[in-house]
Amino acid sequence: MSPLLYVAQRGTAGILAVAVAVHLGTILYAVRGGLTAGEILGRTQGNLAFLVFYGVFVVAAAIHAPIGLRSILREWTPWRGRSLDGAMLAVAALLVVLGLRAALAVYVA
Amino acid sequence: MSVSVPVPAPADPTVEAVPGATLRVRIRRDGGFQAFTVARRPAQTILDVVTEIQREQDPTLAYRFACRVGMCGSCAMTVNGRPRWTCRTRVAAVAEDDGLTLEPLRNLPVVKDLAVGMEPFFEKWTAAHGAFEPGDAPPADFAAVAPDSPARRAVDAGIECINCGVCYAACDVVAWNPDYLGPAALNRAWTLVNDVRDRGQAARLEAVSGDAGCQSCHTHMSCTEHCPKALAPTFAIAGLKRATARSALKRLSARHFRRSA
Repeated sequence: MSPLLYVAQRGTAGILAVAVAVHLGTILYAVRGGLTAGEILGRTQGNLAFLVFYGVFVVAAAIHAPIGLRSILREWTPWRGRSLDGAMLAVAALLVVLGLRAALAVYVA
Repeated sequence: MSVSVPVPAPADPTVEAVPGATLRVRIRRDGGFQAFTVARRPAQTILDVVTEIQREQDPTLAYRFACRVGMCGSCAMTVNGRPRWTCRTRVAAVAEDDGLTLEPLRNLPVVKDLAVGMEPFFEKWTAAHGAFEPGDAPPADFAAVAPDSPARRAVDAGIECINCGVCYAACDVVAWNPDYLGPAALNRAWTLVNDVRDRGQAARLEAVSGDAGCQSCHTHMSCTEHCPKALAPTFAIAGLKRATARSALKRLSARHFRRSA
């Protein structure tokens, strides 16, 4: 792992620590009295703060996870080189696309 | 009238041995284990046991030692699953049910029986730029280094390493990734990164970065747990992670400013 990948992984870990805590806290708070899907969508729809928060969350996860996965694959399999790096870029792209698509879906729903 | 009777101090269990007691020793050789029986003796060390086996029972047994007093770091072996200096390990402290299992150090090629080749270990020491680099024009005068400066303290914390290879054998990351430089080489590099006289820092930080370098450390702390000198290579590696990250960010911002200038 290059020093820049290391910095990226540690930096996104800091963002994810806060984002996951806020995410879980919000879920626990929101459903304590019981909420329907319609009521949840009513709160997220058009809420820019929600979109920005989950946008940052998704991008941080998409950077963080493939760097860790790359290290695990290098340690546990003989997979090395450009094909591994390319596959991890594909994983990052997949996470960004799926994550932002989900965040946008509940924003514009 | 009560008379106080002097009570003898309890015998040190690591020094005394029960007369007539024996020790069952299993030594890894030729892909299997060979069993030996050795008499228990007072203050007996693992190195004493191996030496007795070689001199009295099987002269073909290969092992390595030099000083016998914990100064050279030659006699490290795996004792009951843990890497140790055999000269500084008493039998009574580590024997399990009067039994010992001796194996060569992990992560290094076996030369014969309990002796391992140290070439990969020292090759990585060199690859991590473990030698002092004075630069092309060394200063004519001595460098003044304050003993209590943070850099000097960081050097002091790691400089007593004698390259016994115990940390290298204890490291799981070396076992998973044979390219990984390992705790001793990185600890050595960290002492030089903190040497204010050294002029090879950029190349050294480059050498200890990457998939074989400090960023691969998982902070399991096996090296720190097993180091017979009570050094903490884990913290040296953490220092290198910070130093290499700072250096990479500086390079990145310099490139950015050059481009935008």
